[in-house]
Amino acid sequence: MSMLKPLRDFTERDRVFDMVNPALRSPKLDVSHGTVLYLEDISVSFDGFRALNDLTLYIQAGELRCIIGPNGAGKTTMMDVITGKTRPDTGSAFFGQTIDLLRLSEPDIAQAGIGRKFQSPTVFEQHTVFENLELSMAGPRGVWAMLYARLNAEQREKIDSVLELTGLQDLRFALAGSLSHGQKQWLEIGMLLMQEPALLLVDEPVAGMTPQETERTAELLVSLAGERSVVVVEHDMEFVRSIARTVTVLHEGSVLAEGSMDQVQSNPKVVEVYLGEQV
Amino acid sequence: MTLQDHSAISRVMRSDRGIKWFVGLLLAAAVLLPLGHLLFPPESSLHVSTYTLGLVGKYMTYALLAVSIDLIWGYCGILSLGHTAFFALGGYAMGMYLMRQIGTRGVYGDPLLPDFMVFLNWDSLPWYWHGFDMFWFAAVMVVLAPGLLALVFGWFAFQSRVVGVYFSIITQALTFALLLAFFRNEMGFGGNNGLTDFKELLGFDLQASSTRVGLYVTSALALLAGVLVCRWIVASRFGRIIAAIRDSESRTRFIGYRVEHYKLWLFCFSAMLAGIAGALYVPQVGIINPGEFAPINSIEAVVWVAVGGRGTLYGAVVGAILVNYAKSYFTMAWPEAWLYALGVLFVLVTLFLPKGVLGLLQRFKRAES
Ligand SMILES: Nc1ncnc2c1ncn2[C@@H]1O[C@H](COP(=O)(O)OP(=O)(O)OP(=O)(O)O)[C@@H](O)[C@H]1O
Ligand SMILES: [Mg+2]
Repeated sequence: MSMLKPLRDFTERDRVFDMVNPALRSPKLDVSHGTVLYLEDISVSFDGFRALNDLTLYIQAGELRCIIGPNGAGKTTMMDVITGKTRPDTGSAFFGQTIDLLRLSEPDIAQAGIGRKFQSPTVFEQHTVFENLELSMAGPRGVWAMLYARLNAEQREKIDSVLELTGLQDLRFALAGSLSHGQKQWLEIGMLLMQEPALLLVDEPVAGMTPQETERTAELLVSLAGERSVVVVEHDMEFVRSIARTVTVLHEGSVLAEGSMDQVQSNPKVVEVYLGEQV
Repeated sequence: MTLQDHSAISRVMRSDRGIKWFVGLLLAAAVLLPLGHLLFPPESSLHVSTYTLGLVGKYMTYALLAVSIDLIWGYCGILSLGHTAFFALGGYAMGMYLMRQIGTRGVYGDPLLPDFMVFLNWDSLPWYWHGFDMFWFAAVMVVLAPGLLALVFGWFAFQSRVVGVYFSIITQALTFALLLAFFRNEMGFGGNNGLTDFKELLGFDLQASSTRVGLYVTSALALLAGVLVCRWIVASRFGRIIAAIRDSESRTRFIGYRVEHYKLWLFCFSAMLAGIAGALYVPQVGIINPGEFAPINSIEAVVWVAVGGRGTLYGAVVGAILVNYAKSYFTMAWPEAWLYALGVLFVLVTLFLPKGVLGLLQRFKRAES
């Protein structure tokens, strides 16, 4: 009987097929309602363990949102869902009003305008710093175009400015694999900037950075918000306090509290979850 | 030097001396061996025999196959253990053309049907043999047949994200399946015996020494062109993307590249290159049979690349020539030992020379300076 299931799908008269509803390959991002990301009732389980549990979260366009939560709260898993790495069991995820993230592949999502910095820095170690930025640069991604691609003056300037911003100008021809942990963090932030995404997902950006670098990162992220939307996951509470307007606390896969840093910190549920940890 | 030069060519520059040497040596070999054959009488010690020309020409086609493997393995991390399937398909396409050229000179003298078909009592030419009387058609099939197979096979494999050792295993299965299929007489490719007894190519007698010289020079030039085109590919931004895929496939996806498309394009291109190598191989050895599909051949070709040093292209050429020279020697002196020698060679290279012979040379040079 189970073999008939796919057939039954075809006989349902009220069903609209994907092929009729062309998957919006690169539809324009529509944030006319002021919300750039809609996550609704998202659940993800790994072997019965619920990493995300009916998670509902909205991000406003131009917002800088900080997400905190104890280890294993599901912060990284949430980013995996948004970027197409993990498919949720239930729920919906929209980028603006029109782009259904659950129907797009990872590269489609990236091209639609969502950029991501990973928790542990992941750069192309066998490529130079310059090449890492070049490959991340916004623009066409087709095979034939890349065979003939040449950097024009404007693009070179763009790379130069990002090199300067990330303090890596002197290391442009160094292999990315030879960088220190903090430098790799910067390079990955630079790669994110090169992509010029509308929504930046930044997972633990300041781990391994010196206090001065942390401060610079804070400035950078604050300056990006407004034109772009930024979601930052961080354990460093000082850092979060210095940049956050709105903080969301995740716990066991769903939202525990949301509000300003002060509101969140005085919330008894949050205090309980963080018992023993300093908030 | 502009920034662009740095970004695009920095990697090429580092080994640019190598490529210049390679081009120089290959051109010299393309010119000097035929001169040695044509200018000096057979008694002279400087005379190059047709046998030697054929042997070196054969090595050149092997080298081109090795380059096609290095392009996907060394630069994109795709280890194909079935690449001689594409080589053999190119070879069969050429073989079919050569069979049709035999005409009435066959044993049975049938103007249309190759001997083996007459022998099997077939009364007409199978549909897929039509067109092969024209060289241009055969030449198109030399790249189209391997290319299409790679397209279909690669599409399924890459779309299902089959990677690493699993991919290698299914490529072995692919070439093994083709081996079994081509062994069957009903397939219409001469079964066990394959295609042989060729007479002429484009009107040139295949036994004539001038034809041998022509084939040799064509092989050398094809190898040169193959290396340079691959070089151009890996030095482009496309080349940097496939290297990024090799090092971190998922990261490449997250910055917006459709990894499957890149792999598929590269795999098809590589298969076509292997097909061209096979097409040049067949008229020089005078036969193509299902044995070329044997899985061990594909593994051998990968060993050539490993021995030479992968990720340089000309390393693959050096490896193919060295190993095949050793093989020619071994199979004369001590035939049973060859497979063992090959296995030992592979283990030794993997353990002690991860960058192959070229890596060893580079290490010596660095130690000197
Ligand atoms: N691929 C996976 N397979 C099985 N379990 C997983 C997988 N990915 C995540 N998990 C589990 O899901 C839970 C949530 O993990 P996640 O990485 O999202 O937490 P996090 O909030 O990012 O934590 P941290 O602050 O430590 O980075 C964890 O218990 C983790 O072990
Ligand atoms: Mg995490």
